[in-house]
This record gives sequence, C-alpha cells and structure tokens, in this order.
Amino acid sequence: MQEEKNIQGRIHSFESLGAVDGPGLRFVVFMQGCHMRCQYCQNRDTWDMHSGTLYTAKDLIKKIMKYKNYIMPHGGVTISGGEPLLQASFLISLFQELKKEGVHTCIDTAGNLEITKEIASLIELTDLFLLDIKCINDKICIPLTGFSNKKELEFARYLSEHGKPMWIRQVLIPGITDIEDDLLQLKEFISTLKTVEKVEFLPYHNLGKFKWEKLRNSL
Amino acid sequence: MKFKQWEGFNPLGEWTKEIDVRGFIQANYTPYEGDDSFLALPTEKTKKLWNEVLKLYEEERKKGVLDVDTKTPSAIDAYEAGYIDKDLEEIVGLQTDKPLKRAIMPNGGIKIVEKSCTAYGYEVDPETDYIYHNLRRTHNDGVFAVYTPDIRAARSSHLITGLPDGYGRGRIIGDYRRVALYGVDVLIEEKKRELDILDTDFTESIIREREEIHDQILALESLKKMAARYGFDISVPASNAKEAIQWLYFAYLGATKDQNGAAMSLGRTSTFLDIYIERDLKNGTLTEEQAQELMDHFVMKLRMIRFLRAPEYNELFSGDPVWVTESVGGMGVDGRTLVTKNSFRVLHTLTNLGPAPEPNLTILWSTRLPENFKKYTSKLSIQTSSIQYESDDLMRVTLGDDYGIACCVSAMKIGKQMQFFGARANLAKTLLYAINGGRDEKTGKQVTPKYQAITSEYLNYDEVMEKFDVMMDYVAKIYIKALNAIHYMHDKYSYEALEMALHDKEILRTMACGIAGLSVVADSLSAIKYAKVKVIRDETGLAVDYEVDGDFPKFGNDDDRVDEIAVEIVKTFMRKLQKYATYRNSKHTLSILTITSNVVYGKATGNTPDGRRAGEPFGPGANPLHGRDTNGAVAVMNSIAKLPYEYSEDGISYTFSITPSTLGKDLDTQVNNLIGLLDGYFKQTGHHINVNVFDRALLLDAMDHPEKYPQLTIRVSGYAVNFIKLTREQQLDVINRTIQEKF
Repeated sequence: MQEEKNIQGRIHSFESLGAVDGPGLRFVVFMQGCHMRCQYCQNRDTWDMHSGTLYTAKDLIKKIMKYKNYIMPHGGVTISGGEPLLQASFLISLFQELKKEGVHTCIDTAGNLEITKEIASLIELTDLFLLDIKCINDKICIPLTGFSNKKELEFARYLSEHGKPMWIRQVLIPGITDIEDDLLQLKEFISTLKTVEKVEFLPYHNLGKFKWEKLRNSL
Repeated sequence: MKFKQWEGFNPLGEWTKEIDVRGFIQANYTPYEGDDSFLALPTEKTKKLWNEVLKLYEEERKKGVLDVDTKTPSAIDAYEAGYIDKDLEEIVGLQTDKPLKRAIMPNGGIKIVEKSCTAYGYEVDPETDYIYHNLRRTHNDGVFAVYTPDIRAARSSHLITGLPDGYGRGRIIGDYRRVALYGVDVLIEEKKRELDILDTDFTESIIREREEIHDQILALESLKKMAARYGFDISVPASNAKEAIQWLYFAYLGATKDQNGAAMSLGRTSTFLDIYIERDLKNGTLTEEQAQELMDHFVMKLRMIRFLRAPEYNELFSGDPVWVTESVGGMGVDGRTLVTKNSFRVLHTLTNLGPAPEPNLTILWSTRLPENFKKYTSKLSIQTSSIQYESDDLMRVTLGDDYGIACCVSAMKIGKQMQFFGARANLAKTLLYAINGGRDEKTGKQVTPKYQAITSEYLNYDEVMEKFDVMMDYVAKIYIKALNAIHYMHDKYSYEALEMALHDKEILRTMACGIAGLSVVADSLSAIKYAKVKVIRDETGLAVDYEVDGDFPKFGNDDDRVDEIAVEIVKTFMRKLQKYATYRNSKHTLSILTITSNVVYGKATGNTPDGRRAGEPFGPGANPLHGRDTNGAVAVMNSIAKLPYEYSEDGISYTFSITPSTLGKDLDTQVNNLIGLLDGYFKQTGHHINVNVFDRALLLDAMDHPEKYPQLTIRVSGYAVNFIKLTREQQLDVINRTIQEKF
C-alpha cells in the first residue's frame, strides 16, 4: 500500500477549472500517453508515452485542493488525456485520496482497453465516466482510430451492468461520423445501456491543428 | 410613538420607541426562498413612460447634457416640481424642474461649475458667479487656502490624485428609510433632543456639532417643503407601499439636490420596502403588477439622476456615474436570509427596463443565500452584465446585517457610519520616486524632499525595499495631510446636512484612503527579486527605463512568491497611514479600487521595473496587469483573495470578464457554474467581484456601431457603465483587459 502511494503519474497538463467536462466546475488533469491514433485528435501532443511531468498522487492532491472551494460541492475532478486508463494504478491511489476528501471523480476515456482487475477497481472509485465513442460503425472506426470499437462497447456494457453513471460523447466529423444510419445504430446501442445520463455530440473543430503542425515541425 | 400608518406592523423591539430601522425590519420582514416565477411584466404605463425617458436619453447623448440651470444654486427646495409625464408617473420628483436638466452646485467650487458649464456651451449666470467668487467661499477655495507646497507638488505630479478637493466627496449614505418609517417630524424632534445633549461645555467640537445639527434640522424642514410642492405631506409616516417608496425617494432626491457627491448611494432599501408591499398585498390594496410597477418607476427615477461635471472628471470616472448603489440580499445575524420578494423585484427592473449601470445593483453574497436567489442573480449577470457581488460573509462579521455599500465597495452601517472619501495614492509612482530619490520620472522635477537615489546598474531588492519604505512613509504623511484639509473644508463649506440628518448623532467616521497600481508594484518588486532589472538612466542620472532579464512570478497567477509581496505592500502602506492623525479622529481604512481611473493613473506614470511601458494603464482595482494572468480566472481569484480585508476594509475590487461559452454549454450550466465560481471566490475570502459575461466581438461591434447598443452595460471596477459612453481609450482598455476564455 505504502508503495502504491509513491507511484508517479505521467501528466501532460492541467486546467485549473473546466466547465464543460462533467458536472459543475472541475479541476481537469490531462494524462500523458495514448495508444489510440485518432486522426482528428485535438490533443495530439498527449500521445507520447514517455514525455510529460511526473507527479505523485500526494503532490497532485495538494495542487487540486487549492481549488477545493470552487470544485466542491457541485463539481469535482476530471481526468482526461491522453488515455487515463493506461495509468490505472496511479489513478487508483489518486482517487482513494480524493474520495477521503469527498471529491467527485470523473474519467474521460475512450474505454478501448481490456478490463483488467486494476481497471475494474478504478471503475469502482470513479463517480462518472465521459465515454468517448469514436464511431459505432467499425468500418469507419478502424481506419479513423486504428482500433476496432469492440472493446469500447464492451466497456460501456460493463459500466451499465455495474451501475456506473456515464455521459456518452461522440465527435461529429462531417461526412465521416455523422452518417444517419450509424447515428441511428448508436441510438439503439445507447438504449440498451441503463446508466447513461447524458449524450453529447461535440462539434468537430480544428483548434488542435496547430499542435499537429508543431509536432510535425519538430520531427 | 404610535401612528395609524403602522397598523398591521409587529411592534416587537425598540423601533416604536426610538429610531431603529433595523429593528423594524427584523420584526416585520418576510424572508423569501422561492424562485422568480411570481415576477410581473412591465405595465403599459411603465413601457410608455420608459419610452419617453429613452427619447430624452437619446437627445442627451447627442448634446452631452440636455439642459443646465446656470443661475439657481441647487438646494433641497430650490426648484418647482418637475415631471416627465405627470399622468404616467407613479413615483414623482426630479432634481430640477425638468427631466435630465442639470443643476449647479457651487458650494463645492465655483471654478468646477464654470468649467463644466463652458464644456457644454453654457455660461454661469453673472450674479451667481459674482457671489461665489466674492461673497461666499467654496470648499475648493477653502482647501487651496491651506494646502502646503508639498501637498500641491504631490498633487500636480499625480503622486496623489483624484482627491475630492474640487468636487463633492460623496460616499455618505443617508438612511432614507427613516423618512418613510417615521415621517420627517419625528426625525426633527430627535435632532432637537440631540441639541439638548450638546448643551454642555461649549468646546470647539460641541459648537461645531450644534451648528451641524442646526443645519440638519433646516434641511429636514426643506425636505418637507420640497415634497409639498409635489402634493405630499411627508411630515408623517408613509401609510402604504406607494407612499413608502415615494417618501424614501424624496429623501434620496433631496440629498441629490443638496450635494453633487462623487457617489450618491441609496443604501439597503428593497427588503425594507418589501414590508410595506407585503402588507398591501395582504390587504388586497395592491397587486403584484402594481408592486412591480412601483419599483420600475422608482428605478426609472434613480436612472435619471444627473450631475453637472467637468470633462476631466469624466476622464477619471467615465460615463456620468452617480453610484446609486443599492445593496440587495445578504443574511441576517439570526441566520434568516434578508432576501425578500422585493429583492427580486428591484433586480427584475433590469429585465423590465433593460440593462443599465444605475442603480448600481450590488448583491451581498453569502454561500448560505437561498439557492433560488443565487440562480436568479447569476442568470441576470449572464444576461445583463449589470450586477456586482460583495461578500456578506466577510462584512457581516464587523458590520452586522444592516450595512450598505457606498459607491463601489465601501461598506458602512446605514445611518451609523460615514466616510471621508480619499481617492488614492499612486504606489507605482511612489516606487519610481523611491528609485529616483523623489524626482519625477517624467519631468525630472524634485517633487519630494531630496532622498538618496539608487545609483547601481542593477536594482537590488533589499535596497529598493528600504527606499520604497521611506517613500511610502512620506506619501502617507502628505496624503493624510491633504485629506484632513479636504474634509475639514468640506464639513465647513459644503456640509451634507440632509444626508447627515438621516444619521444617528454618534457615528463612526472612516478616513478612506486608497491604493492605485498595486499589481504593477508587486510585479516590479517581483522582477527585481526574481529576475535581473537593469536601470536605464538619462544624462541627468534620472532612471527612465528598465531592462528585465529573465522571467519572474507575476501577480494574478496564484503564485505565493509574488502574491505575498502584494499582501505585504498593503499591510505596510496601511500601517504607514495609521501613523498620522486624522481629522475628527476618523478611523484609517484602505481600498484597492481605481474605478476607471487606472487609465489616467497609468498615463501619468513612467516606465516601471516590471516592463510595463510609460503611459500604459494599470490594472483596475486589485486586478493583475492586462495579460499577465496566464493561469486562468481562478488563479487570479486566488491571488486577489489573498489580499487581507482586515487591512483594506474599504474594499478590494476585482473585475472579471468571461465569455459565455467558457462558463458552460447552456444557460442552466452557465448559471450553476457562475454560482460555483462565486461561492468558491467568497469562500476563498474574496471581497468584491464584478461579473461581465460577453464576447470580445460584441464590444468591438459596439465601438463601431454605438447606435445599436444604447443600453449595453458593462461592469468596471466597482460600478457599471453604459459602454457607448466611455471614451475610446477606455473602451479599448476594457476590450484589451483579459476576457477569460479559461478558468
């Protein structure tokens, strides 16, 4: 246990308060590292698994609690990325501490991973998931993201079965992920889930374009 | 005391035995925790009347001022009754005999009156001019008769500026509610009793007080006569809601006829009035529509208060401000909320009549306010950007639950406390003087006595701090000297007899000093401490510019390294001020508030060691310098909340602007998030916050097409302005000021 507390998380950046990633005002942590390769990624600079800044859960809690007057009682902490689930053991020790302080926890994920024992215990500690469904149609999903959506959908079913609240999100890319048939199929899938509180369609924007360009130039 | 007008009121407590408005409120008000669904739309009458007012506004905007009476010095009863449209007006009374016609108030200073008249193409009547130049000394003349060379030098070099030595000091709130509750005769009787108490050793202070109370009684008599011209007998208490509003308004109106104060604030009246409205609603003599109509008409009148002011004044405080500040909400010391239905009604005028800078609607925020009220005010903020918030949880500790805000952020117990308004000392310039041994960085003139200037190539933090400390001491001394002279003369030549008649005999007076340029000083000192600052000197050895090598922590980013410097400056300057004796033993207080004068102060100040260029505006109030806050809004809030209210009890002002989309995706989310932000900031012990919610593009468009935005209102350090009335320079300052796109 003592050892676990010293696990370090690889963090890309913070947003001291966000108003759009979960309920209320939230401290948002962007984790470094993602295995997916979504062509429309707006945080391209979070892919690399080896960069970022290392934080212990204790240091991070200290930083977060500076904002406790704003994020409590109606908001909380949202972990985004990158893919947070890649650093499940770090998040477990972080969330254990946050739970002691009574802070609402939320993870913004694509859910495209095997549900290991570790991830299962992280799910336990998480109050809300923002589940990013890339595309319900695998013919589009695979070339778009480099992965099949099979695990994503399983992840959603798992959350539903375990009574975990979730907000389903999908980015609407004109001509690619806004096909009517696919959206109808998505609707059907969502209707089979019991714990969906909200469905959000996010407009596609190219605000992340400069990050791609910056990275390309530095290569 | 017993009056038939009090039938139905609970006599519990002392309020029927002595003047005790708070006691009356506590025994009779009905807290309201419901939502805004009961509110009524404007009546036909209201719409018609408001349209007429808008037409007058338009004419006024074209001409600068609509009309001026250049002969009659204003006084409580100096004018015939005036109306906008008598048949439509539920609440009557104008400052002069015609709407928006401005009066002259030469007791403050005849030169200012002349200047103001000339600026708009008028000329003061020769006879009046002769009287005030030759027969009657003014406040302004009195002050300059005693000013010393060091005060004059500090003043003309803008080390201390904005001093109320040529205009009315304001920031005194009469307890206008007393007139409605007791009628004027009871108040006169009380003042006569006070004279009896003062029949003892005839020392100078007793004689002065006797003369003042004598003037107060005359003012109350005048007030009755003024009301009589409109057909009302206010010698007796108001008997219903309409009369209560009318009586209260007459009292306030009388004050605005008597004084051209820099801020003529209203106090805390809406919950008081709610008691009358509730009684009438219960009796069936008033409907909700009529109640709203009364409040709409009352607020319309408040929006029409005008003073004749010189263009220089407008440069300092743009947009014709009056600071008719009305404090709304808050919690009682017994734990009940002071929010009533009428708290909603007075705010609802922003919807019924559209947004406006006046009255300066100020929410006394507590984290314990009813959720519905929080939602309502946040929604209005998002829709109108016309509201400011101040921490009731912070102020209630020392001021109880019947205080109000004068001007922007100055809290005072209503009827029991007043302040000697003291504008502000330019601490950024003080720092430059410390470096230059008291020579002005722009003119090279020796302004203070000759101190040793810093001669090293690079600035050393300890050396600068040592010299800065000495210079702050000098400024504090000159500053208090000037304020003592000003307020002595103001009491003597331009005493606020009516406003003070609506106070107790024993009052707390504060000497309200102020700071400008706090964030510039904090950043400069931080640069000296954490980076390398090289001094550039001209041929006479005067430091005129600075080269900063390296990065340094900047105020507004929740970084203790620099925030602690800011805190220390506030404490140190306050302690310096406290060393010097004040006029009438007033209590030293301090504010960190600039209103829009941050632009003018910046203009008068040379290059600073933080890299700010000469002439660039300071941050308004306690705000960080434009663009220096890179960690989002909450980091700014945390930095400002660290400034100690205990050392700055006259208020710490923060102006906050955010785009709607940053606040959330839909109105519901935006409302909840703004509540979270306000709760958080005030829990963090923030004192004041102006909330603006708009996009930059909107303001840019309004600059080019003012005709499309006649009522566009924005909050600037402590008050609100009609955006299109700002000078172009000020408009740009507002637009360039960080509009937060992240928290």
